Amino acid sequence: MTVAALSKVEVRYPRGPALGPLDLAIGEGEVVALVGPSGCGKSTALRLLAGLEAPTAGEVVRAPRRGETAVVFQAPTLAPWLSARANVALPLELAGVPAAEARKRADAALDRVGLAGAEAARPAQLSGGMAMRVSLARALVTEPRLLLLDEPFAALDEITRRALADDVLGLWAATRPAIVFVTHNVEEAAYMASRVVVLTRGPGRIAGEFAIEGDLPRPAGFRLTPGFRQAAEAVSAALAEGIGA
Amino acid sequence: MRRLAYHLAPFALTAVLLLAWEIACRALDVPAYFLPPPSAVAVALAEHFPTLLAAAWRTLSTALIALVLASLVAQALALLTALSPLLDRAIRPLASVVQVTPVIALAPLVLIWAGLDHPERALVALALVVAFFPIFSGAAAGLRSADPDLERLFDLYGASPWRRVLRLRLPAAVPFLLEGHKVGAGLALIGAVVAEFGAGSGQVTGLAWQILDAGNKLQTARMIAALVVLGVMGVALHAALERLERVGLKWWRGR
Repeated sequence: MTVAALSKVEVRYPRGPALGPLDLAIGEGEVVALVGPSGCGKSTALRLLAGLEAPTAGEVVRAPRRGETAVVFQAPTLAPWLSARANVALPLELAGVPAAEARKRADAALDRVGLAGAEAARPAQLSGGMAMRVSLARALVTEPRLLLLDEPFAALDEITRRALADDVLGLWAATRPAIVFVTHNVEEAAYMASRVVVLTRGPGRIAGEFAIEGDLPRPAGFRLTPGFRQAAEAVSAALAEGIGA
Repeated sequence: MRRLAYHLAPFALTAVLLLAWEIACRALDVPAYFLPPPSAVAVALAEHFPTLLAAAWRTLSTALIALVLASLVAQALALLTALSPLLDRAIRPLASVVQVTPVIALAPLVLIWAGLDHPERALVALALVVAFFPIFSGAAAGLRSADPDLERLFDLYGASPWRRVLRLRLPAAVPFLLEGHKVGAGLALIGAVVAEFGAGSGQVTGLAWQILDAGNKLQTARMIAALVVLGVMGVALHAALERLERVGLKWWRGR
């Protein structure tokens, strides 16, 4: 079943075309990576899927109701005046969940991302990786059907990045939301996604789609397998071709 | 030692200047009505201290009442501009008019409106006009300062406009509000003094009247003593608000 789909979607801004025409369907529980050069419209595609933006032409079909879509942005985007717990509880609060229950679910979500004990901390007291985990907990607290991640790890160091990639897949395994994430990083895409969609230089169109073999979450040593290496190479080649196109 | 010198430097310079002033007055035999020496100012200060303090309190209370009222009006209007682009368009030019009009030019009109029996109301109104703009523009900017991605998050979860204001835009505006109130408080004090000069009547007995009255009687030492009290009050108010801003920001950021 499809959670969200873009059909013949185009986005044009006053300064020129930004995206498409593009067809992209996201299946229930699927993990899809969107890869492409800067300015190809990856983030725009994500906002279309989230329902935060309307296309200039074409159609966006979204199954999730309000509150069933969650977005994690490039920066943690936490409210500095709220504790980690209150930040995570915010979507619940906006959905009208009673405070006591929201608090309990926020604490549970923080526990799932490995931040038990940091509930009362303010964003300014957290490291970049921890803040990103809070952001992830906030996205997961509503148990979304569709989780959209816009280059969520771009600002983090390689070790934190890899740890978070495994965490996201671990969390995915618990409730199996459909995930679409945007990244510049070919290896990250091939590691985290069951399908990698490569976009051309802007206005982005599909340059190639690649199914990545193997189970999610990835077993230890997955990055060393020939399958992973070949997939990453193929994605890289398509990306290079897309940029040249 | 260096630290000590660093902290003492402004006091040392003040002491040197006062000493030079005292010596110059004595050596050049300057008449006291023209420029009294600091020692004479100190005597005047001691002699008139209770009166000056009472006058200072009247000026300060005018400024503080004006600040509270300006804060309420400015924030209410800023909220309206945040809720409706049309109101924003309507209100902003008028707010700018208030900012660029010199308070002294408004004084005669406001004194008529307040009624000759209530010049203190006119003083509050005039100080309010001066304190209004920095608080309004701070609040208006602050209410638009929320992270655009946080705004998108509120879109995503379908927050109502009021929810958005209460849970996102107002808290995001706190640093701007603190700064706006700090500037506004300083201006309210200046506005109160200028308005007292504008009122210029014996019924308004704040520090400005003390200065005018002493001037009329050629009591130059008392005039300068009143200025000293005004200066000390201004510095104290600024320091208090600076501290309030620091504490407020620390609370807001959590560290």
